[in-house]
Amino acid sequence: MAEFSTSIKDAGDVNVVYLKGYLDAHTAPILENTFSNLIEKSKYSIVVNFKDLSYISSAGLGVFMAFIEKIRDNSGDIKLTTMSDKVFNIFDLLGFPLLYEIYKSEEEAINKFSETKKLENR
Amino acid sequence: MKTDNKKIREKELVVKSNTTNLSSIRDFVYATALEIGFSSEVVDNIILAVDEACTNIIKHAYKSFPEGEITIKLKYNNKKFTIVIIDHGIPFNPDTIPDPDLQKYYRQHRVGGLGMYLMKSLMDEVKYVSVPGKYNQVLLSKNLNTTH
Repeated sequence: MAEFSTSIKDAGDVNVVYLKGYLDAHTAPILENTFSNLIEKSKYSIVVNFKDLSYISSAGLGVFMAFIEKIRDNSGDIKLTTMSDKVFNIFDLLGFPLLYEIYKSEEEAINKFSETKKLENR
Repeated sequence: MKTDNKKIREKELVVKSNTTNLSSIRDFVYATALEIGFSSEVVDNIILAVDEACTNIIKHAYKSFPEGEITIKLKYNNKKFTIVIIDHGIPFNPDTIPDPDLQKYYRQHRVGGLGMYLMKSLMDEVKYVSVPGKYNQVLLSKNLNTTH
């Protein structure tokens, strides 16, 4: 059976979700739960770190589509970071870079949230 | 042995229609695709296409009923790798599946057809055959020496 897990780091106003292992139709509900729990706690500023993700299928990509509008409606976002070329190629093939911001480093993705807030407060 | 063998070789795996089995399906296809001599990038694409085909069968042909049967047949020589996936669930007409529209999915909070699109993009050939009341078959193939 494929292994998949998520873990969360609280980075101030931003929550970083780390993905590990294989994200397919079997394990996608684990990520759904992670996003649902964050939304329940009104945590809408989310960075997803793909560093330890070995595999993603369209069932995994679908999870991102399921939650993104609700999160953006609450002035939040899901920003993606540290993707392997292999995982990025699948995102790219399906046109996801048009809908999601993808950053090279976790720090950059986290900082984008505070930059957006600063602009809004001007 | 593998480089001078033009004879078609075959392997077969039969699993239940449970998403738990997706990883063993991927492992089964992975080992053979590597042995044939595809690059690791192409091997990754092939196992993703097979995963998408089997996920569609589990979700749509068997409506997530976990006791259906899925047969995965591998046929290969030094020119071509063919994966034939057979189920006995609800027949499927691929012509009814439009290409994915991400803007629409964004509004609907759901996705559909992504798997089909990936299969067509990643493989050289994707063919569906349904014999109503008997079986459905999807054939995926990849030629060796292709660059993508």
